[in-house]
Amino acid sequence: MSGLGSNGDVCIVGVGIHRFGRTDGLSGLDQGVFAVRAALADAGIEWPEVQFAYGGSDSAGNPDTMVERLGLTGVQFINVRNGCAAGGSALFSAQMAIKSGEFDIGMAVGFDKHPRGAFNALPSEYNLPEWYGDAGYMITTQFFANKITRYMHEYGISNTSLARVANKAFRNAVHAPHAWRREPVDIQTILDAPLVSDPYTKYMFCSPAEGGVALILASEKKARELGKPLIRLKAAAMRTRPPGSFEVFAPSIDIGGGKATATRIASADAFRLAGIGPEDIDVAQLQDTEAGAEIMHMAENGFCPDGDQERWLAEGLTEIGGKLPVNTDGGCLACGEPIGASGLRQVYENVVQLRGDGGGRQVAGNPKTAFTHVYGAPGVSAVTILER
Amino acid sequence: MQVTGQAIADGLFTNEAQPRLIGGQDRDSGRIVFPCPPGDRFAPLPLSRTGTLWSFTIQRYRPKSPPYAGPEAFRPWPVGYVELPGQVIVEARLANVEFDAIKIGMALEMILIPLDPDAAQPVLIYAFQPIESTAA
Repeated sequence: MSGLGSNGDVCIVGVGIHRFGRTDGLSGLDQGVFAVRAALADAGIEWPEVQFAYGGSDSAGNPDTMVERLGLTGVQFINVRNGCAAGGSALFSAQMAIKSGEFDIGMAVGFDKHPRGAFNALPSEYNLPEWYGDAGYMITTQFFANKITRYMHEYGISNTSLARVANKAFRNAVHAPHAWRREPVDIQTILDAPLVSDPYTKYMFCSPAEGGVALILASEKKARELGKPLIRLKAAAMRTRPPGSFEVFAPSIDIGGGKATATRIASADAFRLAGIGPEDIDVAQLQDTEAGAEIMHMAENGFCPDGDQERWLAEGLTEIGGKLPVNTDGGCLACGEPIGASGLRQVYENVVQLRGDGGGRQVAGNPKTAFTHVYGAPGVSAVTILER
Repeated sequence: MQVTGQAIADGLFTNEAQPRLIGGQDRDSGRIVFPCPPGDRFAPLPLSRTGTLWSFTIQRYRPKSPPYAGPEAFRPWPVGYVELPGQVIVEARLANVEFDAIKIGMALEMILIPLDPDAAQPVLIYAFQPIESTAA
């Protein structure tokens, strides 16, 4: 077990979300504030009781400016920018603040609002030479497509499996009020849609989007005082890339590279902290910015050997009624990706599932353990494990 | 066919009749990367001009500018990773090949192509083409 402090486990006592997708007329910050108010109400506390906050936003302004809306209580509020791991990093930091014994209750919040179209990253932001962007390499979709093409070649994954993942996402999202794309799309339509970056069609990529999520965290003692069901944060790990990995924006890769990933070490660390293994997880939210990502991340997080995903998907093992339900709210494919909020959405969804509040998307059998995973440029990954 | 123009950046490829990419070799570990990073740790090393295709995709939409500096007119292009035997796997555009003919493992050689095929004084970028096509 991990070196827990005298406070026991850190618990999630309140969750709030602003619907993902496009909300014209509402800023990213507005959506974050909306989520915070919902999370406070869910926890049954008022804003002045919040002792600290960590906030993540990539394109929608400094999170700490939301104190003007929520109340000038003088609260400690730290902004987090860590690419796609922003939400996970905010949550990790919030957890450590409570674990240290310094605070009893605090908040992790994330929100964002991105322009339409693909992200346009600049070489200078990633310590890359200008020519790399000039020549047209500074494109996340290129990397994702190259990574899955290699993976499909090595492990015999079919285009149909890619389509099965997207099809599942939109079907699950029908039952998730916070999701963006909630209309089912059949497998043939997904396969026949225009290609974006081969082998991915437009339904197999998520889009940059908008949304906000807030989580209220408390010490176990405080959580008991609040009388909330104890949703324990057993592990939160954030890691950067190991040697020989194949990451977004890579002008070169080591020979034989691409096997080790930030995800593999983050998930291994999280399982070690939680003292359980992949076989013990009841529901998982895995980064699915594109359909193949969910497939590769099933293996990178230890849920199945490389190549077994073909059978898993054909047999429906990652469906809500399957052995390991994956992306029960439709994931990034159906919710879109507001960078600052995306990782916290996964945790929100897991809290909903562990409380049994999932409605039409609820995993049966009273799930007790839940896993989240994000991945992003330039090779960062964050993982959490919750236990009821 | 040899195209003339201005290299997109200095130090990316050699100034030879058959240019090669310039990698960097870690002076301690021997590890090879591309491009050659600035500083003393890596020694510039001309890389093999032939290799095999490791992975690929087709860029089907015009990248956003900035940073993309290519022409407004857009035609999809293939882009992938080429394994240079015993050295390193480099990201590169593919040229002079039908999309349907692209296969992992195919033999490739390095060439220079214009970033904008219609430019009078083109900026040159590196690319790889099937080795067979030079015989044609």
